[in-house]
Amino acid sequence: MQFRTRAIHVGNERCPTTGAVVPPIHVASTFVQPGAGDWGEFDYSRSGNPTRKALETTLASLEGGSGALAFASGMAATHCVTAMLRSGDHIVAGSDIYGGSYRLFHKVANRAGVTISLVDTTNPTNLAAAITPATKLVWIETPGNPRMSITDIAACAEIAHEHGVLLGVDSTFATPVLTRPLELGADIVMHSATKYLGGHSDLMGGALVMRDSVLRDELYFVQNATGAIMGPLECFLCSRGLKTLELRVREQSRTALALAEWLKSHAQVTRVLYSGLPDHPGHEVAKKQMAGGFGAMLTFELNGDFQQTKQFVQSTKLFQLAVSLGAVESLIEQPASMSHASYDPADRAKHGITDGLIRLSVGLEALEDLQADLQQSFETIN
Amino acid sequence: MSIPPTRAGSSDDTPREPLEGFGEDFSTLSVHAGEARQKPGDSITDPIFCASTYTFTDTQAVIDYIEQNQTREEYGRYGNPGERVVERKLAALEGAEDAVLYSSGMAAMVGLLMTKLSACDEVIFFDECYHRSREFCTKHLSRFGVVTRQVRACDYEAMEAAINPHTKLLVSESPTNPHMSCVDLERFAQIGREYKVETLIDATLATPYNLRPISAGIDYVLHSATKYLGGHNDLLAGVVIGEKDKLEPVRKLRGIMGAINGPQNVYLLSRGLKTFELRMQRHNENGQRVAEFLENHPRIERVLYPGLPSHPYHEIAQETMRGFGGLITFFVKDADWRETANIVDAVKIPRIAPSLGGVESLIEQPLVMSYYQCTPEERREFGIHDNMIRLSCGIENSEDLIADLKQALQR
Repeated sequence: MQFRTRAIHVGNERCPTTGAVVPPIHVASTFVQPGAGDWGEFDYSRSGNPTRKALETTLASLEGGSGALAFASGMAATHCVTAMLRSGDHIVAGSDIYGGSYRLFHKVANRAGVTISLVDTTNPTNLAAAITPATKLVWIETPGNPRMSITDIAACAEIAHEHGVLLGVDSTFATPVLTRPLELGADIVMHSATKYLGGHSDLMGGALVMRDSVLRDELYFVQNATGAIMGPLECFLCSRGLKTLELRVREQSRTALALAEWLKSHAQVTRVLYSGLPDHPGHEVAKKQMAGGFGAMLTFELNGDFQQTKQFVQSTKLFQLAVSLGAVESLIEQPASMSHASYDPADRAKHGITDGLIRLSVGLEALEDLQADLQQSFETIN
Repeated sequence: MSIPPTRAGSSDDTPREPLEGFGEDFSTLSVHAGEARQKPGDSITDPIFCASTYTFTDTQAVIDYIEQNQTREEYGRYGNPGERVVERKLAALEGAEDAVLYSSGMAAMVGLLMTKLSACDEVIFFDECYHRSREFCTKHLSRFGVVTRQVRACDYEAMEAAINPHTKLLVSESPTNPHMSCVDLERFAQIGREYKVETLIDATLATPYNLRPISAGIDYVLHSATKYLGGHNDLLAGVVIGEKDKLEPVRKLRGIMGAINGPQNVYLLSRGLKTFELRMQRHNENGQRVAEFLENHPRIERVLYPGLPSHPYHEIAQETMRGFGGLITFFVKDADWRETANIVDAVKIPRIAPSLGGVESLIEQPLVMSYYQCTPEERREFGIHDNMIRLSCGIENSEDLIADLKQALQR
């Protein structure tokens, strides 16, 4: 079955008791057991829940993995991966990663004696240079956030595996509609399910999908021990969102590409960061590893200072001022003051997060409406 | 008639529309129409108000509310903030002023009929309307002295002939279910205007994406929102859409009879509407492709789908509809009911169930699913044949659906 058909059917088996076409939402915290010491499939909802299992089954199918785990948030999912590491282990991560991952690696994982190096993974040879005998995990994000940098997943997988290191990919921006990292050699794919997977700005969730079932079991052990699971109502909403995932992502990507092309020719824009544009440094790799679109996140630099940029993001009417992304509603934000405020100023500068950067999450609204909204916002800056 | 541009609802309690100054694209309306730009708690999405009742700060506030006829919530049966958002959104998508939401499509139908019809009044139905709607009139409204007349679907002369001074409402579906007959809405509305009788179209199968009865002059549009509007086979709801003044008594009676929708359901409906255009585009595409495949299959005798040139109402459908939806009725060549059932049992992707319009494809044999208890004569009267199958195409990949039907028909 094709992707879209699987998104609707795999994991969503008809209810064997009632025939309900949509599986019921199992809110139970605990499950009655067949006998003392005789365990059924589900015992306690932290360890397993039928509604969560349905979502995990769909996600594993969409990413082409052996199994998936659903978490309370994207950060809980990433934390589960770092919690699998041991004191003295080393992570090599991309330099264009989500601010929250940066904070987790540098300010939480370090407390357990895990060290971290950031490298520009758009050139995979940097990765090889940064890997040490202590390195256990390579963590990349593609497209990156907020600079939309593109990292070659297959090349990174090859380097990581040469050194016996696991490759984890935060594929939140790409979604399995456009990129399936496990098929390109990654070991773990991570999603903030809050974004495109849920797709409606109405749930918090995270997911890990693993190529190998032994690794899945190891991460399941950590998840069950630490407990940051996704709740059943969120699992239901996320499963519901997955049913329109392909339609949403393809449509939003089409609109984003058209907006990127328009912004590129705009007099008040100094640059547009979008891998669908031929002059983007990652365009060739993106064409190779993203099928059918380049995603719906795009960043551009306003020809203006911090204040003017702030004014711009506050002047749009259809794009709403908020962090997060990936939903039907278009959002706008200034990375320097919002999503990447948790970077140290020095690291912000080093990683090219300038004051004029504006990040758009392109929603499902009509291209004409979104373009008109940005144009009226440009007109407020003079 | 082309699909006219939509316009946002304009009831008095409408908060600042987010779309001012923007084009009124269907998808933009689906996402934003009816919602306040800045929501309670600054949430990006509307909160779900579970409250059964709404508080007043003091006695004077209650008196002001009554004396000044203020717009605010009072008690859950009379209205809920989430419900009002969905009503405004649905009105905007339909290009109408107002909408009244119910707990099911039947509740919406009953709510409108009970408001509009009194003892000695008469209602006229095209006879392909949902049999439960007609049954409500013939078996239940008749107890209160309401007379129901039925004429052949799309026989406009018969409808005119049936009108008398007691006639209050003309009712049809378009397209009808499962025969997919399409009404000439302008003619239907014209008859209503000429005889000063109000008109109601149940456009559940078409949805506002494909058909705009209001702009053709129809007074009320009804939807079972359980179908395409909710779109995920996970809620029940119904809605009546039209002019605000005309709907005011309908809304009042709903408040008395109480067939309201729950707040969680209403939220799911609102959420479903956000992807409405995308889903409809896919339903239309899948419906057309699957109908064409079936029509060319040697085991199929006939396919009823308005998008096929062979369909008796193809011409009017093409003139008035943007697309033709996901519902297809087809007849298996030289098959008795059992052989037909074997095909239903052999498909793997569509599930056997009543209902339609969700992301999951559903299949059913009307003889078995809805008319099993009927006598052969009654089935003939309803136009239900033994070899008839109704397929609701979901939004799966059309190639998967066609491959599945192919293997089922090969057996």
